[in-house]
Parts: sequence; structure tokens; C-alpha cells
Amino acid sequence: MINDEIMDYIGILAKLELSAEEKESTKKDMERMLAYFDKLNELDTTGIEPVSHITKVQNVFREDMVTKGDEHEKTLQNAPREKDNMFMVPKIFG
Amino acid sequence: MHKQYETVIGLEVHVELATKTKIFCGCSTEFGGAPNTHTCPVCTGMPGSLPVLNRKVVEYAIAVGLATNCNITQYCKFDRKNYFYPDNPQNYQISQLYLPICRNGHVDIETESGKKSVRIHEIHMEEDAGKMIHDEWEDCSLVDYNRSGVPLIEIVSEPDMRSAEEVIAYLEKLRMLIQYLGASDCKLNEGSMRADVNLSVREVGAKEYGTRTEMKNLNSFRSITHAIKAERERQIELLEAGQTVVQETRRWDENREESYTMRSKEDAQDYRYFPDPDLVPIYISDEWIEEIRKSQPEFREAKMVRYKEEFDIPEYDIGIITDSKHMADLFEETTAICKQPKKVSNWLMGETLRLLKEKSMDAEDIVFSPEHLAKLIGLVDAKAITGTVAKEVFEIMFEKDIDPESYVEEKGLKTVNDEGTLRKTIEEVIVDNPKSVEDYHNGKEKAIGFLVGQTMKAMKGQADVGLVNQILKELL
Ligand SMILES: [Zn+2]
Repeated sequence: MINDEIMDYIGILAKLELSAEEKESTKKDMERMLAYFDKLNELDTTGIEPVSHITKVQNVFREDMVTKGDEHEKTLQNAPREKDNMFMVPKIFG
Repeated sequence: MHKQYETVIGLEVHVELATKTKIFCGCSTEFGGAPNTHTCPVCTGMPGSLPVLNRKVVEYAIAVGLATNCNITQYCKFDRKNYFYPDNPQNYQISQLYLPICRNGHVDIETESGKKSVRIHEIHMEEDAGKMIHDEWEDCSLVDYNRSGVPLIEIVSEPDMRSAEEVIAYLEKLRMLIQYLGASDCKLNEGSMRADVNLSVREVGAKEYGTRTEMKNLNSFRSITHAIKAERERQIELLEAGQTVVQETRRWDENREESYTMRSKEDAQDYRYFPDPDLVPIYISDEWIEEIRKSQPEFREAKMVRYKEEFDIPEYDIGIITDSKHMADLFEETTAICKQPKKVSNWLMGETLRLLKEKSMDAEDIVFSPEHLAKLIGLVDAKAITGTVAKEVFEIMFEKDIDPESYVEEKGLKTVNDEGTLRKTIEEVIVDNPKSVEDYHNGKEKAIGFLVGQTMKAMKGQADVGLVNQILKELL
């Protein structure tokens, strides 16, 4: 069961502020998702290795060679605010 | 009366790897670039960008793992560690939780209280974050992502250390191994090696560990030593007062020599790790491990034994020379050219150490080449320059690696061996110093030293002392 405490905690982790109505409807959504996982959990998976990737591809590497030049102008196009070629963000303590 | 307490310490050491490019993109890792000039969509976490692993990162991690007696996890992968912070543009850090590349290793250390083995729990690969600067004027923070995506390995020890001395010995040992491997320069003050100290105290004889704290922001062996002492005392005081130690992360303030809470367990992060779907698993074959094992360098212990057998130099010198891989390489390469280990060692132990100390430099920063040091030794051997001149030339060489032969030629520093010139100067010295001459004739042998000195002074140090002595005695 998703209770209010869990909802608040998830809100903190996801940096989301939900209204009372949003909380209620999200609770229902999440409960449906959990019910689906409960269904999956009914499967007997003893002795089966967990899968983290569904393709058989492994060992994709790049060599240690510089292939990128100075792209700071492009990068900074993504900054909501900038100063001295840096991203400007709200004050962070510590 | 106080109870007896034991300090229990485990370390998390981050080491920045010496690759040319970042861990998942082709951006340069070079220091000192203007803000955000070494960035691209991958290392700034733009949607749709695809990270591709730098092979060299895996090889360095395996090399460090082998050097620290770890088992290599032959099937390993990357996970996402989720948290919000502006220096982390993806809102997750790519790291390894479930299958770290190295596990169950150990390094042996030696302190005044004896030899011991510190176990290594694991070593994992991960990416560094960007750099934040606080802007007082705008009352905001500014972020530079040049360091974002620079490859790190994190070496996690077991709680096997019991004192600051053991912690320093352990860090010195890691630094030495990693520098010898060329995997990092491991400079605490520049942040290419960072150590977080996990510390708890317990009554001597207790079986269980006490509650531990994690100390961050330790940028020198000095602050590590201070922080360990202060944190031990803080925890003991709490326990003695009947209070409990709170599990938390603390930040060390070296200026005030005290720490303060960064975050406590209550607001500890839930990182919601999960496998990174953008990065495919890594399979490390036996052959790959063997290949890296074969290319491991000769480490310090082996070098020390070999030097003792091969070269006639004092054990103390061997210790200092092999303390730095760069110094050891210089020694070996110069000796290979000039075949005079003792003289090479003397230059390293004497003038080199003196100048390093004077300029507060690390041995790793020495710029002169083995060829040039060998040439300088050759010049002295051939009596082409005097010891005094050699030291002068060495100072210039130390600064900018000049070729001593052409420098001596250019500046006309060659020793004067020409008897005619010397004889003329000495005659003048004798005329100018009648008192010393008289002393000498009255049996004061020492007076000749003064006359030699005066001659050398007149010759600006560029005269063959043996010859000066010989001519002086003859003329007197
Ligand atoms: Zn990049």
C-alpha cells in the first residue's frame, strides 16, 4: 500500500510537489504498478540469473583519443542562465 | 578514569585516472581549460546522448586491482546512482554498485607498530562531477562541467586501520602503487586523490563496531591526521557523556581544526541504483587480465632489492630514489648511459632533493632528462668543468632542461687547464698576498688553502684545482 508518508518521500526524491488531488491519483497509479509487479513476482525465478541488458552485446569501447573540441558555446545554449561561461544555478550551501 | 578506546578506520579513496579523455566521451581531461570548454552533450547529460566507455579506464582499473591483490570481476557493468545536485548534470552518476570491477584485495603496510595487511573491499569505476563556484555578487552558484565525466576509481577498504599512522601508510602505499602504474599522479592537494575517512570508536576488547561517521574534505596528510584525532576525541566525549554517536557525513574545516555535520542519516539519500541501460556489460577475459598482468611495472619493493644487488649505493639513497617512480626512472636511465650509479645517485640525493625542497616541488615534476644529467656527469669526469660550475649548470638544467654541453660551451664555463694562464694568475695571487705566503713558509700548511681559494676566485671558479695546487706549491 502506498501511504501518504511514502508519497511525500517519493516527492522529495523526485523533487516534485504534488497537490492533494495529484497525490491521490498518483497513489492509485502507483498501486496499480505495484500490483503488476506482484503479478510478476508470482513467477518462480529460482536459479535464473538476473538480466540487466536484453541484448547480447558486450564490450563496446572507445579508444582514449580526444575527439571533441571546444563546444562551450553549444553547451551553454542549454543553460537557463549563464555567467562567465558557466551555468548559473540557485545558491547551493556546503 | 577514562575507559580505553580503540579507533576503527576504513577509507574510501577516489583516484582520478590519467586518461587523455573522459570516461564516456572524447572530451579532454586536461586541467586548466576555460569554463565548459571541455564539454559535450554526453558529459553535460543532454537527453539522447550516448555514453561509450573509454577502454583505458577499464585497463587502469584492472591494473590497480592486480597491484592491490584483488579478484577481477570478469563480468561487470555500470549502474546509475540517482541524486539531484547541480554539479551532476544527468541527475545520476554513472558508477558501479552491483558488480564492481575489483573485489577482495589487500595491501601490506608498515608502521612503527609493525606490519599489517589492510583489506580492500572493492574498487569501482565512476565519473567525476562538475565544479561549483559560489558567486557572492549574484548570490547564486556557477557550474563548470570540465571535470564532469573525468574517470575515477573508488578504492574502498575494510575497517582495518586503527590509527592515523596506519591511514597515512595505507595512502602512501596506494599512491606509490598507482604512480608506478602511471594510472594517476595521486596528488591530495590537487584533488587527483581524495580520501574520505570512516571512523568509529569502541572500548578495547569490544566485538561490535561503534557507530561510524564519514569525514570529507581532507586535502592533505596533515588534515587527515588532525581530523582523525579530533573525530576520535569528539566521539569518545559523546560516549563518556552517555550520549550516542550519530551516523552522519561531516565536513572537515582545516583552518578551525574541527568538523561539522553535512548530512545526517535521517536525510541520507536513497540513490535508487539500477543498471545503466545505455552501457553494455563488460566481459574481461583471462587473456586480457594476463596481458595487463604482464605489462605491470617493477614495483618499489622489487626495485629496492634489485638496486641493492646491482648498484653500490646506500640503502637510504635507494629508499629515497624509489620513493618516486619518476626519480627511479631517471636514476636507471641516467645510469644506463653513464654507467656511474654512485654519481647519479649523488646528484639526485644532493642537488635535486635540495632544489625540490627549495621550490616545494614533487619528484614527479622534475623536468631534466637522463641524457642531460649523464652529460653533466661526463663533463665533470673529463674535468671540463669544476664542481662549482657543475652545480651552477645543474640549477639551470633543473629549471629548464638545457643541454649542459652546449650551455657550458656557449657561456665559456670550461675549466682552464692551460698552465700558462694559471701560472700567470697564481703569480699575481702570490704578489697580492704576502702575508699568507709568509705564513706558509713558517710552516702553516693551511695558508695554501687560502691561496688556492684566491686563485679560484680570480678564475671565477673555472680552474682545475689539482693543477692550481700543484703550480702553487711549485712557485712557493
Ligand atoms: Zn564530453
